[in-house]
Amino acid sequence: MARILGIRLLRLIATLFAVTFLSFIMTSLLPGDPAVAILGQDAIQNEALLEEVREDLGLNDPIPVRYWNWLTDAAQGDLGESYINAGQDVSQVIRDRVPVTAQLAIMAIILAVLMAIPLGVIGAYREGRWQDTTTSAAVQVALSVPNFIIGIFLIWLFAVQLGWLPASNWNRLSDGVWDNLRTSIMPATALAMTQMAIFSRLVRSDMIATLRENFILAARAKGLKDRYILMRHALRPSSLSLMTIIGINFGALLGGTVVIETLFAIPGLGFRLINAISQRDILVIQGITVFVAVVYVLVNTAVDLLYTVIDPRIRRS
Amino acid sequence: MSETFDTPDVQRAESTATQAVIEPPAAEPASTTKPGEKPRRARPHEIFRDMPLLVKISAVWLILVVFGAIYAKLDQSVFGGALPLQDPNLQTNNFNSETGDFGTGEPLESPSTSHWLGTDALARDTFSRILHGGWVSLIVAGTAAGFGVIVGGLLGSLVGFVRGRTENVIMSLIDVILAFPALILLLALVSIFEVRSLALISIVIGVLSIPAYTRVSRAISLAISQREFVLAARAIGTKPRTILFREIIPNVLPTVLAYALVAAAFVVVVEGSLSFLGLSVQLPQSTWGNMINQARRDIRLNIAQVFWPSLALSLTVLALNQVGDFFQRRFAVRDSAL
Repeated sequence: MARILGIRLLRLIATLFAVTFLSFIMTSLLPGDPAVAILGQDAIQNEALLEEVREDLGLNDPIPVRYWNWLTDAAQGDLGESYINAGQDVSQVIRDRVPVTAQLAIMAIILAVLMAIPLGVIGAYREGRWQDTTTSAAVQVALSVPNFIIGIFLIWLFAVQLGWLPASNWNRLSDGVWDNLRTSIMPATALAMTQMAIFSRLVRSDMIATLRENFILAARAKGLKDRYILMRHALRPSSLSLMTIIGINFGALLGGTVVIETLFAIPGLGFRLINAISQRDILVIQGITVFVAVVYVLVNTAVDLLYTVIDPRIRRS
Repeated sequence: MSETFDTPDVQRAESTATQAVIEPPAAEPASTTKPGEKPRRARPHEIFRDMPLLVKISAVWLILVVFGAIYAKLDQSVFGGALPLQDPNLQTNNFNSETGDFGTGEPLESPSTSHWLGTDALARDTFSRILHGGWVSLIVAGTAAGFGVIVGGLLGSLVGFVRGRTENVIMSLIDVILAFPALILLLALVSIFEVRSLALISIVIGVLSIPAYTRVSRAISLAISQREFVLAARAIGTKPRTILFREIIPNVLPTVLAYALVAAAFVVVVEGSLSFLGLSVQLPQSTWGNMINQARRDIRLNIAQVFWPSLALSLTVLALNQVGDFFQRRFAVRDSAL
């Protein structure tokens, strides 16, 4: 176990270095001179002043040195100050917006799992019959409609036609749970649908395999009720790959929040990233990209480890 | 909208591929080939006949989309608008200086014989814009599949066959790229470029597609490299390079091509999302994503203009998934029967 942990940790560190380096390099390639961005277009004639600012920012150092300086700052939570919006601390921007995106992502995963498990279980239990065919067809459709389209049609139905929910905007959790829920339920549902489809397909196929095992036959022979067998005996062994896929799909979800936050005008990380891209706000793009990538890597490692804890077979091999 | 692009489909393709190759199928399909006779490759119409109804409809839809897109492009570039299709960027209510009159079109028209799917907020013909949008999806998905199959497929087949240090180095690189959430990486890359042409978007998405293809084809190549015919080829002293090109790659290819269809579904969604965010090919070139984005602003007046491009996008994704799944199942059986 200690050995596995050690190897995982080493791999994690290597991946983190690689990921941060790649993000750093990419955003260093962004066009536009930070010195001009700071001083304004008027300073473009004043080469000496521009040079001084560049020197001051360390932009004249070779890339590895710049990366190292940036990394040591970043590790201490300092991602620099936006060149475009003077005085805006990038770490602070991220800190302000993480709760919103995190809430959306977590709600989406919970919704997706809550919908996926019954659908998958029904599909497996009634394999090949009409219940299976209908749920599979619904799942196929959910899998094929991109989340922003689901979002638009949710807005059309619940905000425009029925007037039940606001079409955009965001109330923070601190504004009250109900107010928050009114603004978060549609975006979370839009995000959840694709995940739901992926999860339920997985639960269905894993469950079908589990239901053919001998211990299920034994449980049936004991005269246990089907519902009890499904929920108590079959679900747990069938949910192992569900856990991994949740981890893997977390990245897709973070990508999805960019689109959904933009659609619903939600002040999360994704919406800020899109704004930063249109403003060419280099450090904000860099900060958010690195942050999201690091979170994604950490979540995946955590899921991997959790998997090892839950399933003793992996631990021993 | 999951995933360069490490889709759950990558995982699925990886696992089905390995399973299919390693485990013999429960029941082999009845074979009509006599011993000694070379198994005949199935002709296209035979494959079509074997498809379930939904997959048939999907295949027909995909063919329609491809022809529609090519027709629209031909009309625009080769025939200069002489083919019967409206100009996708003509605002039909505009003042015409030649006739001295305003156009007869109106914004947000309902479907009619002159505008099959109505007009958008700028009184442009929606049907024509959807066909032209299909061209963007076609090119982006096609380039991604090209990059994926050629570069990713070769790389994966190679490392799955030679193993050793090459495999470790290449797969670590691949893992780093897959360690990014796909859309975030794509956004960061796309934001580097000030002018976003169709070629640029296609190439960026294409390059980002390589890692997933590499993983899929490596998994298949690993399994195939352990098969008896590869052992036999080694035993008679065939050069490794010849084994790679004559034995491994021809057997990896069908599964990778089937994966390409499923991956194309993902690419179409990714390009749609990028267009929706206004970061794909620039206006006035219509794409399904930017049509949806423009139309959603008038959602209180008219939902139809959101509906048509959404339908085109979703049906195409659904069709690609269906046809891709069909071929993945088909080749899985074929492989195991080898």
